[in-house]
Amino acid sequence: MSIPRGQVGRGSLAVALLCLATLATAAEIGQIKTSKGQVAIERESKTLAGGAGVRVQTSDIIKTGADGSVGITMDDDSLLSVGPNSVLSLDRYAFDPTTSKGRFDASLNKGTLAVISGRIAKQSPDAMTVRTPTAILGVRGTEFAVSADD
Amino acid sequence: MIEAALRPGRCGALAMACALLAACASSGTVVLLPEKDGKPAAVTVKQGDKEVVLDQPYAATKATAFGPRPYTSSAQEVQSQFGSALAAQPPRPVPYTLYFIEGKDEFTDESKKLLEQVLSEIRQHPVPDVLVVGHTDTVGNDQYNDALGQRRADAVRAVLIALGIPESDVRAISRGKRELAVPTADGVAEPRNRRVEIVVR
Repeated sequence: MSIPRGQVGRGSLAVALLCLATLATAAEIGQIKTSKGQVAIERESKTLAGGAGVRVQTSDIIKTGADGSVGITMDDDSLLSVGPNSVLSLDRYAFDPTTSKGRFDASLNKGTLAVISGRIAKQSPDAMTVRTPTAILGVRGTEFAVSADD
Repeated sequence: MIEAALRPGRCGALAMACALLAACASSGTVVLLPEKDGKPAAVTVKQGDKEVVLDQPYAATKATAFGPRPYTSSAQEVQSQFGSALAAQPPRPVPYTLYFIEGKDEFTDESKKLLEQVLSEIRQHPVPDVLVVGHTDTVGNDQYNDALGQRRADAVRAVLIALGIPESDVRAISRGKRELAVPTADGVAEPRNRRVEIVVR
């Protein structure tokens, strides 16, 4: 009796771990490729260091200090790079790699941002927006820079 | 009485000045940058109910209290305003295309040589992640080709892992017959469309 129960337990644990792994992968939408100076990620009221290699998730808020800058490659090949004293929020991200359909909304609340748009904007020109405190940018492609002065 | 009558006026003026200041203080700029390959590009900038379309290199707009004010920026101005952000830009994704010997899961000789180039490219990226994208020709429906493209991508992913690329850095996806290298009608066998793209990011 105890052996099958143990097997069931192990099986469920494996399934649970697999689910967690799948969820973790699904939530990751891009990766920090370059990072200089002070870079922090605010995620669910926690603050994480935004070093090179760290993967970002939807709803992450990326903050740079006076000496900070960071470059992120998103799943759809969008490239975002943020200058010093900036606050960038990854509000919404969905991307289907097979169809290239998706949605990307980001907000630059403060500072500077350079963008090279990727597959989402290429597939559907209304699918990517960048908000600043004063404006809403519709991204048809592909390279632009935007500032939100404090 | 006079004072009382004046006060609201002063407050109103003050409030207006504050609003103007706030609008100026939070003003932002948007600049369309020139494309590396000269392809057409555009960004729309909407402020309130006013919209500006930037569709020329260095076309720019600045938010003001009276709506977006278009102007033309320059390489120097972009450098001084956005230099740090631009310097932090990740490397552009580099795509390589590999072909198979027909009917086999073995690369052509040319593609074998290219694979060495792919490996050296991966080593050059500071934080590499590799996307392996399987493509098919137009024979068969989407469901069939999505699965076929995935099998091709999975096979190439396995090769890269065997060559020492960490598993967590390589992802395999399929685009099926959605992105043809050589446009054809549906149902056409075309070897140049049966390929796997390796994108080094």
